[in-house]
Amino acid sequence: MEAALSSLPYLMDGLLVTLQVTLLVVVFATIIGVILGVGISYGPLWLRILVRIFSDFIRGIPVLVLIFFVYYGLPAIGINMETFTAAVVALSIFKISHVIENTRGAIQSIHHGQMEAGQAIGLNFHERLIYIIFPLALRRFLPPWINSVADTAKGSALVSLIGVVDLMLAMQKVIGRTYDAMPVYIVGLIIYFIINYCLSLSSRKLEAKYAYIKE
Amino acid sequence: MSHPLIQIKNLYKSFGDTEVLKGVSIDINRGEVVSIIGPSGSGKTTLLRCINVLTKYDKGSIKIDNVEIGYTNDDEDYRKERSENQLSEFRAELGMVFQLFYLFPHLTSLENVMLGLRKVRKLSKVKAVDQAKYWLQRVGLTDKINSLPSEMSGGQQQRVGIARAVAMDPKVLLLDEITSALDPELVGEVLEVVQKLVEDGMTMIIVTHEMSFASDVSNRIVFMDQGKIEIDGSPSEIFDSKNERLNTFLARIKK
Repeated sequence: MEAALSSLPYLMDGLLVTLQVTLLVVVFATIIGVILGVGISYGPLWLRILVRIFSDFIRGIPVLVLIFFVYYGLPAIGINMETFTAAVVALSIFKISHVIENTRGAIQSIHHGQMEAGQAIGLNFHERLIYIIFPLALRRFLPPWINSVADTAKGSALVSLIGVVDLMLAMQKVIGRTYDAMPVYIVGLIIYFIINYCLSLSSRKLEAKYAYIKE
Repeated sequence: MSHPLIQIKNLYKSFGDTEVLKGVSIDINRGEVVSIIGPSGSGKTTLLRCINVLTKYDKGSIKIDNVEIGYTNDDEDYRKERSENQLSEFRAELGMVFQLFYLFPHLTSLENVMLGLRKVRKLSKVKAVDQAKYWLQRVGLTDKINSLPSEMSGGQQQRVGIARAVAMDPKVLLLDEITSALDPELVGEVLEVVQKLVEDGMTMIIVTHEMSFASDVSNRIVFMDQGKIEIDGSPSEIFDSKNERLNTFLARIKK
């Protein structure tokens, strides 16, 4: 137990890496995923087809395979990345596909009449997006998006397998030194749980906040 | 030389294999109130939606103030659809009220009316608030300016819908069966508002099933059947008409 406590600062360094990976992945995936999600909803046919293929393909493969592909596979065509970068890139690609579907679903849930009412008062396409579609889609977008953030935080443990010293790998290293697995895992479990519990709390709050908008 | 505000010539529209408009022609002058009646599927709503290009027409011409609205040039064989931004500019001049209101559910009634004033008319916030309040007062909703659509009755929502459309100061107001989704006891309050706008001299095209209202407020009534205009005349001409289809239709809706 003492060993586990004394290695806490080391675990905290690992936690910091886990949080960094999560944050970067969420930022990239949200920005690119929302853009492509709007693209698949309103874009020209070629764009919709490309995004559809990308999204279906990525969601159809295990994320671990994607991480290994980016880190071990891409160097074959001259793309070398450090472990941290490779981890962020692979997880981002994976998450982008989820944010795309998330965005598409949220936009689709809006009655076409809202769009027409916006057209009828003379709002152009991007004004309708900003003032009508996005605010309405947001309430459908946020709860699954937060789940997606929680999934990223949990799923980021996989990046330990290519040698990113995140919370998971930090735990493994401590155990390797102390040969006392149980206390370290308990600390690790609690940390992972706290991260995700905070996220799911905020998800519930947001759902309640947007419940007033009815159609 | 003065010209009709709206000139529709030989308009055709199909949805897939179904031809909904089969050569509709009609002129509407400034200040005129024209009601369009007819059985469901006769093309009334499609005609109305073509006028602000929410539905694109296939053949024929719609001119508003002598400008073709859906296409950039007159030659039917070589014409090009207008861009989304051009259409937005045209639509800003045409007010539309929908059967199912389609208020923006995340905005209060004041914000619903203000959105177009701010973003399309580019009014300052103060001016937009003033105008929006004025129109909400005109439709009798002064006490509801901060209510969300979900907190209002159907009749109140539809009156916000009307305020949102007329606040833009459109050249013409298009009303698409605006009382059809309302409980019977709420129809009166909405028609009263329309009546006041008629007295203001607003040009209107009204698709409706309210026959007595249509005959009260309209200069002309147009009876459509199977994608064509059967009869176009004054209310008394319409209701005295011997046209068989029209009388069948009128008999059916009286029941």
